[in-house]
Amino acid sequence: MNNEQFEPVIIGFTCNWCSYRAADLAGTARVKYPPNVRLIRLMCSGRIDPTFVLQAFAGGADGVLITGCHPGECHYLEQNLKALRRTMLLQRTVAQFGIEPERVRLVWASAAEGVYLANAITEMVEEIRALGPLNWPQVAALNGKSHVLTPAIASVVVSEELVEAAI
Amino acid sequence: MPQERIGVYVCHCGSNIAGTVDVEELTAWAGEALRHRGVVVARDYKFMCSSLGQDLIAKDIKEDALTRVVVAACSPHLHEATFRKACADAGMNPYLCELVSIREQVSWVHTDKAAATAKAKAVISGGVERVIHHAPLEPMSVPINPATLVVGGGIAGIQAAMEIADSGFHVYLVEREPSIGGHMAQFDKTFPTLDCAACILTPKMVSIGSHPHITLLTYSEVEQVDGYVGNFNVTVRKKASYVNSDLCTGCSVCEEKCPKSVIDPVFEAGLGYRKAIYRSFPQAVPKFPVIDADNCIYFDTGKCKACEIHCEAGAIDFEQEDQILELNVGNIILATGYDLFDARRETQYGYGRLANVFTSLEFERLTNAAGPTNGNIVLRDGETTPKSVGIIHCVGSRDRKFNNYCSVICCMQSLKFAHLVKERTGAEVFNFYIDMRTAYKEYDEFYQRVLSEGVHFIRGRVAEVTDVSNTPEEEDKLVIQIEDTRIGRQRRIPVDMVILSAALEPRHDSDEVAHQFGISCSVNGWFIEKHPKLDPVATMTEGIYIAGCAQGPKDIPSTVTQGAAAAARVLGRIQQKEMALEPIRAEVTEALCSGCRICNNLCPYTAIVFDEAKEVSVINAALCQGCGTCVAACPSNAISGTQFSNEQVMAQLHGLLMLNIMEPVVS
Repeated sequence: MNNEQFEPVIIGFTCNWCSYRAADLAGTARVKYPPNVRLIRLMCSGRIDPTFVLQAFAGGADGVLITGCHPGECHYLEQNLKALRRTMLLQRTVAQFGIEPERVRLVWASAAEGVYLANAITEMVEEIRALGPLNWPQVAALNGKSHVLTPAIASVVVSEELVEAAI
Repeated sequence: MPQERIGVYVCHCGSNIAGTVDVEELTAWAGEALRHRGVVVARDYKFMCSSLGQDLIAKDIKEDALTRVVVAACSPHLHEATFRKACADAGMNPYLCELVSIREQVSWVHTDKAAATAKAKAVISGGVERVIHHAPLEPMSVPINPATLVVGGGIAGIQAAMEIADSGFHVYLVEREPSIGGHMAQFDKTFPTLDCAACILTPKMVSIGSHPHITLLTYSEVEQVDGYVGNFNVTVRKKASYVNSDLCTGCSVCEEKCPKSVIDPVFEAGLGYRKAIYRSFPQAVPKFPVIDADNCIYFDTGKCKACEIHCEAGAIDFEQEDQILELNVGNIILATGYDLFDARRETQYGYGRLANVFTSLEFERLTNAAGPTNGNIVLRDGETTPKSVGIIHCVGSRDRKFNNYCSVICCMQSLKFAHLVKERTGAEVFNFYIDMRTAYKEYDEFYQRVLSEGVHFIRGRVAEVTDVSNTPEEEDKLVIQIEDTRIGRQRRIPVDMVILSAALEPRHDSDEVAHQFGISCSVNGWFIEKHPKLDPVATMTEGIYIAGCAQGPKDIPSTVTQGAAAAARVLGRIQQKEMALEPIRAEVTEALCSGCRICNNLCPYTAIVFDEAKEVSVINAALCQGCGTCVAACPSNAISGTQFSNEQVMAQLHGLLMLNIMEPVVS
């Protein structure tokens, strides 16, 4: 490990209706936050498949930020509550893998909360920086595993083939 | 998978992007490093969204036979449509174009040029990986049924219904009470012009009742809503009124003869009586009375039938039953109004305990010439005219214990009350306010007028209203205890009557109604509009519009404006005849579905139904709004979400982490 400051990579999942727009607003308002977060737009935080999060870790992310509309303000009525449910379960699951649960963070940010989202990102980057690198790909490599988990989509392809074969 | 031919276009956005991101390096990198992923052309341009920039893309699509396009520029919420259209014009399916944001998410929020350029590379890499998995999509088209449902017959619903019906399209107007008119029908005067509410409202009500394009369903409630924009199926329960409207002439003899009087908690705000067979008020539309079965002597004891005996038209029908109506409509406007804050909850103001404390709605009835006192402003004893009146603003509003919001109308309403008291009784009037909010046309002029009429204004929040006297002047009076913040002193002001300007609150059942129609409520319980500024009448659910106080507290002019605006939006939809829906939908691959039904209960739009015969779940594409919750939840990966599929998200993730560039740790 050299003396340079550790720069974590964080994948952020955003909701098209609130947090992605909050990120847009942060931009429009020229609010600054560290460049460590790379965002993915989904239609709803309810779209978060736990596999996405695990895949992010497996692919080298040091943290995953899940963002959605505030409870009661979901564009799709209450799907953000499903994201909440999944995130809490996921935090317990990754803890059992030996991953600090703080590496998965859920933030509610409305389309008007650009500054709030930027602050949440800054806070998370600092926290993950303090935790240090996750190094899952490298650790996996030491254990002789590929750096990518078996993706759910691969299993789909396989099962589709199986189905066709069965038919 | 045959390799796609991808074009990457990097926008400078003047210096907006180029100032923080090294766009030349970025472009050169994309052309080199992502070549093995199919990038055959990478260009940068000063303003990609300009017609010259768009031409650049169109030319490459045609000449370089591009099959995918990635534009790295501003937010997709700004220019996704622009670039999709440019691609479509050049003959490419618009959904094969991906816009990634390197302005809002990179150049505007970061300062270090090297770090920003590195992040921009990751963002483009993510976009390229994602777009490889895009599929050509066609927007779905649904026909629009020209009929409209308006829920709520207050002034908002009346205005909306009238605008649409006058344009020649059919409207079903559903109202819970026996008459339309809403809260406005209860008022005497309206601020700031002091027009008589009935004089301006009742002609509109009559037009609604006789309009050839309006089916008026009063004493009715919506029970169920199915379907989607353009094609809603609505089930309405028309409650039994026990009066045959085909025969009734509206003569009101039955009301006179009915021996049972009950307190009217709705129209008279508990201040007056009505009979067990009643119309809300004499100018009710429709003119037919209803029998309140809970209070009717016949329904209680099996005897009486005074109404039936005296009805010359033979219109009373004790055998009548609730009717269930099925309506087909293309659009729905919700104008369900508000409830008044229950002033009993502010116990220190004594409402319900001290006789001469009135709510604003009670006072409206007290001043109304058609009200229980014929418009005489008197104390609860029904005869004494007050010599001094205190009006307390913000009761239940701007109060962290109850509602944080401002109820908008209370200041003007209190000024109106002050004027009416002054004019009709000559009493001393005290207004107790926190801030005076008289924005909008001619409102502040009205405030100046009331000031000049000698009404007292005391700034502060009233601590207590009590009947405990400390001095001889306070005896037999209601004493208002307040810190007058303009002189910094506690004051006790004895008055005969207190009026509480109570907050407007969301309807007690607004949550259920919102759920029924598939829209959401804010934390406070008001219906949420699509955009607070730019789309205040639409909702996130296509085909459902909101108007009036159901969306938030507002005065009559704003309510009418919003009612008309909602109608205009609906008329626009109707004129389109059919409507294109974004093809962001979930689909079930039947061969993979195990029939576990986990997804069925996750859908907030009940778009997923279970096909019992095939034992698979099926998604109604027109109902699906594309949130993707079911896609994420399906344990068999049988559900795919168009434009947000697992493959696309995973690929983007892969690209963002630069796994497409990096040598794998283990090959």
